[in-house]
Amino acid sequence: MTQKTTVEAAEGQHDLFINREFDLPLSLLFKAYSEPALLEQWMSTNVRKLENKAHGSWRFETTDPQGNIVFSAHGTIHTFLPDQKIIRTFEMDNAPFGVQLEILEFEAVTDRTSRLRMHTVYETVALRDQMLKLPFRQGLNMAHNRLQEIVSQLA
Amino acid sequence: MNLRRDVFQAIADPTRRAILLLVASQAMTAGAIAANFDTARPTVSKHLQILTECELLRQEASGREMIYHLNPMKMKEIADFLEPFRLMWEARFDKLEAVMKAYQAQNEQKS
Repeated sequence: MTQKTTVEAAEGQHDLFINREFDLPLSLLFKAYSEPALLEQWMSTNVRKLENKAHGSWRFETTDPQGNIVFSAHGTIHTFLPDQKIIRTFEMDNAPFGVQLEILEFEAVTDRTSRLRMHTVYETVALRDQMLKLPFRQGLNMAHNRLQEIVSQLA
Repeated sequence: MNLRRDVFQAIADPTRRAILLLVASQAMTAGAIAANFDTARPTVSKHLQILTECELLRQEASGREMIYHLNPMKMKEIADFLEPFRLMWEARFDKLEAVMKAYQAQNEQKS
């Protein structure tokens, strides 16, 4: 069975790709990323600010039932092309992960299905691997498509 | 045992990855594998030894020749290292899909 979500993280690189096919029309997939009320639902966070335009910025905040902030992140929007592309930065507050550049590409597969390709660039290889929680230094290279295919057939 | 190889170190090498790809399509003798590379035969043998030690390949004697098979379970074990990260995104995107389907149903009702 083909996996709906795939992750490509080549060894020694400071970026990774996440791909996903959705059983949703393109416009709805894009809406999930641009409408604060919808974003809040699937991300389980509060959208404090979301300016969907070039030079806009965003801020998310998650609080526990006592009102303490348990997660907050912010960034700047560089490109906002409806139903096509979002380029933005992402930085978690009070966390040692640095800033990430995110390039999100949206496309229709059929009238009812769509695809998202998310390219995340980290400051360093170490930060990316830390994010992946890879328990080894010289890691694997699952970016090799054929190997990945073989492995996913086994799953 | 210090001879035991780290599996990730084993597949970090491009020639060894190429060997895995070859053997993935069909089990092959050492000679047939070596014929696919410009590298000297002893170098290929060394790669095969490393891949066998870390159990990515299995050996089977066939007459005087040794046949190499891919060990799919070990390959799966490697893939599983990215699995927690992938599953986190899978869950997040599943939720996105569910939220948007509910939204779509709601809007269709209204119209």
